[in-house]
This record gives sequence, C-alpha cells and structure tokens, in this order.
Amino acid sequence: MGRLSVNLCGIPLDNPVIPASGTFGYGYEFAELYDINCLGTFSFKGTTRDPRFGNPTPRIAECTAGMINAVGLQNPGVEKVIREELPKLKTCFHKPVMANVSGFSVADYAYTCEKLDQEAQVGWIEVNVSCPNVHGGGMSFGTDPAAAAEVTKAVKAVTKKPVIVKLSPNVTDIVSIAKACQDAGADGISLINTLLGMRVDLKTRRPIIANTMGGFSGPAIFPVALRMVYQVSKALAIPVVGMGGVRTAQDVIEMMLCGATAVEIGAENLVNPYACRDIIAALPEAMDQYGIATLNEIIGGAH
Amino acid sequence: MKQGIFTVTGNRPLTANVYEMQLTGDASAVTRPGQFINIQLPGAYLRRPISVCDASQGNVTIVYKVVGRGTDALSRMKTGEKLDILTGLGNGYDASESGDHPLLLGGGVGVPPLYLLAKRLMAQGKDVTVILGFNTKDEIFYEQEFKALGANVTIATADGSAGVKGFVTDALPERYSYVYTCGPLPMLKAVYRKITTGGQFSLEERMGCGFGACMGCSCKTTAGYKRICKDGPVLRKEEILWDD
Repeated sequence: MGRLSVNLCGIPLDNPVIPASGTFGYGYEFAELYDINCLGTFSFKGTTRDPRFGNPTPRIAECTAGMINAVGLQNPGVEKVIREELPKLKTCFHKPVMANVSGFSVADYAYTCEKLDQEAQVGWIEVNVSCPNVHGGGMSFGTDPAAAAEVTKAVKAVTKKPVIVKLSPNVTDIVSIAKACQDAGADGISLINTLLGMRVDLKTRRPIIANTMGGFSGPAIFPVALRMVYQVSKALAIPVVGMGGVRTAQDVIEMMLCGATAVEIGAENLVNPYACRDIIAALPEAMDQYGIATLNEIIGGAH
Repeated sequence: MKQGIFTVTGNRPLTANVYEMQLTGDASAVTRPGQFINIQLPGAYLRRPISVCDASQGNVTIVYKVVGRGTDALSRMKTGEKLDILTGLGNGYDASESGDHPLLLGGGVGVPPLYLLAKRLMAQGKDVTVILGFNTKDEIFYEQEFKALGANVTIATADGSAGVKGFVTDALPERYSYVYTCGPLPMLKAVYRKITTGGQFSLEERMGCGFGACMGCSCKTTAGYKRICKDGPVLRKEEILWDD
C-alpha cells in the first residue's frame, strides 16, 4: 500500500480522491485534459431507470464561494449508459468506477442497480437518496429514516457490489438517517449532497433558477460538510465518503481527520478542470507538512 | 480545450459599457470563429464565458458588455495583469457552408464573434454582407472594423438614430446564400422566421463549467439533447427547437 492508498468497502483505492457525480460526466471531457487513471475512482453522472432531460434552464446560479445547480438528473437512462457510456469509459479509465443511481420509487432504484450489478467495471454503487432538484423522488427518500432504509434494503437485495448511500444535508438529524441505512445493510455512507438554496435576479425580481430552488455547493459549504461527516462517522461502523466544498489537499486531510475514508470533489471540477489531478499531486507535500506518514492512519483522527 | 495564463495587453471602452480586451498567451486551442473562452476572475467563483472576437497566434481579442460583478471586474483589469483562462470552448461556426454571398447578422454584444468569421470568409474570397443591430447610435461599435475587412456593412438602430431604423431583420438584402447570426433571443427568433436560406445561430445560456461536464446549459434540439457549451453554442437552423 502506498502512502495515499485507502480501502473503500473492500476495494483498494490508490488515493482517496473521487470526482463527485454530476461534476465529471462520464469522464471523457476530463480524459481529454489529463490521464484520469490518477484518480482513486470517480462517481459517474447520476443514472435513472428512464432517460431524463432534467429541468428547464437556467439551471445554474453563482453564489459567494459557491454555486447553485438545478440540473435535475439529466441522463440517458440506465440501458443507454450500459450500452454506450460504459464501453466508452472503459477506453479511458481502467479502474473500478462508482455508479451513481437515483430513482423515483423503490422499484426504480432496484431496477437500475440490478442492471448495473451486471457490469464488471462498476466497483461500487452510490445510491443517491438526496437529489434536491427532482419532485417525488431523490431527496424525499433521504429525509426519512424509514424510506432511506427501504431503498437501501431493496438495492442490497439485487447487488453484490458495495452499496454506498448518498445522504442529503437538508435534514434535522443526519445521524438517525445514516444509522437507518447502516441497519438496512448499507456498506458505506457518502455525504453531503448539496444544500437547498436559491438566488433572485434583482433586475427581473424573479428567481434566477428556472426551478426556483437548487442545490448549493462549493467552498462555502465545507464547514457544514465537515460537521456532518464528523457526526456520522463517529456514530457509525461503516465507512463514510466525505464531500462538500473540498478544493485543496489540505481540505482532503481535514475531511479525513473528521472521519472520511475517501473524499469526493464536486463543484471545484467545474471551475478548475484539473482540480482532482492537482489535489492528488499536492497530497504528499501537504502530508509531510503535518507529519502524516499514510492517509489511512488519519481517518477519524479528530474524533 | 486548453487552460492557460494570459496577459492583458489592452482593455478599452468602445461604448459606455462595452469593452475590448486584448490578451496574449497560448491561443492554439481557438480553432474556429464563434468559439468562446472561460475566464477566472478574482472574487468570482464561476468562470465567465466570453465569445472570441478575434484570434491569431498568441493573441485573443474579446469584446464584452459589463452586466454584473464579473464583467465589471474584467473592465477594471489593467495592462500587464494575468488571467487564468480556458480556451477553445464550443463548436464555433462552420465557415465552409457559407456559399458565395454569406450574410452575417449581429445584435449588440452578439456582434463580436462575427468579426473573426467575417475575416475568415473574406480570406476565402466571399462576398460578405454584415448587418449590425443596436438600440441606438451611442451603442454602435466595430462598424469601422468590419468595413476595414472589406465587408458590405449596414447598421440598424431600433430608434433610427443611425442607419436603417429598426432591427437587423428590417435591413435584410434581397440576395444571400447563407446566414450566420448571434444576438439576443428575440432577434434570433425573428431571424429564424424571416431568412429564406439555411443558417447557423449562436445561442446563449447560463453555464456552470463551460466544457460539457455539468449539464447546466442543456437544450432540446431536433437532434436530441445538446449542451450549449460543448455541442454548441452554434446550432444549425434545422436543429433549433424554441421553447415556446
């Protein structure tokens, strides 16, 4: 094992850096810029049972130290992802990839996960019960412990791959929801998805986002993410993947000290397409600076 | 797409709120007129996408309107200052479809990307007609620059204070082989309805990344879903599906 390597739910990662779903597509745009095999893995664009266009535009608004998005799970649907995207992905990424799945019913989640379970290139399934941008699905499963447990159980029944449940921060008691997922058989938890937010255009006096509200991400939410990763990882036995506003190697270390086994990078990929490559390259020096021999030893160090 | 550090070599107002900025750096990723660059600005989280007005080896010119915090910061940049820029974004115009008498229609800050296109078409020996539309006389820019290329230039102003009174669609010539256009949405819709040939339309949308990763600027077309930033910003007339 190298200094940067960690183990996520039984699968080794060369390093803990994982581009987050929805900020990295299926990897091709970034593979044009650098060899994406330097990544630990990446979580591909959220996939649903049926194809989706997503929300009307504008879908994007800028904020101080962050952004709001309301894309609404645009994706070609699981069949096309398996038929077209995964074979293309295989040509530029040679490690197990994380499949991100969303749905509008428990049956949807199970259907999509069962399909992806057949794909050798999929290492983990990240079950998104926290998308704030769709109605009647997504986040509604992640704001109630019983519903989150039901989705987890249904997905676990159709796949042997490790199941990581991605949680919403838009709840009053994140620990109870995380525990419900763990009790239902989840192999890991990832958090935080975006915080529900909005902006208004002063000239038109209307919300900037066509869908009125959207998910707030970027450096501004980093402290909230740290707090929730800390709370959840302290209360749970299963690994936690931390995300939310991470943009430097130091941020990765801080997130791991709070209890993250691996760290996802989201919005930063959109402003600096080289962000993940740069963070991985900067990690050894940052570790030296703080007397860290291996990243594995610092997980939960702040507990 | 390329990421690079560019140096500001000029930044001057053309009108009350439209500026022309000259940049030097590696411009090799700019391959077609109608492409854009995405500029990181101090104090702004997202980059600012701005269309390329002119480009040559090592030089990029942009013409932009101050509309918010980001473009205001851009207008205050001084010669010698550095900017982190993604270049070579978007598909750009396909100049090979122009025929012998291409018609270029620009409205307001939709005018700049037509400049490099006009330059390329003139170099191919085409008979280029350019119609530039503005609200009023004081907002006119680049009339002389287009004339200097040798293009036939007509100005239209909404209030009639200069050139033809009305919109670019009120000044269409009788004969043209193909249309290239960029401007505000109502203008693009009017052009779409009025032209009798094929054409290429440059569209605008609020973007997240500008290079195809976030799906922030998707639109529906007759050829399926497209990303304005990566599969556009230029769409062919027959691909366009207006929202209404």
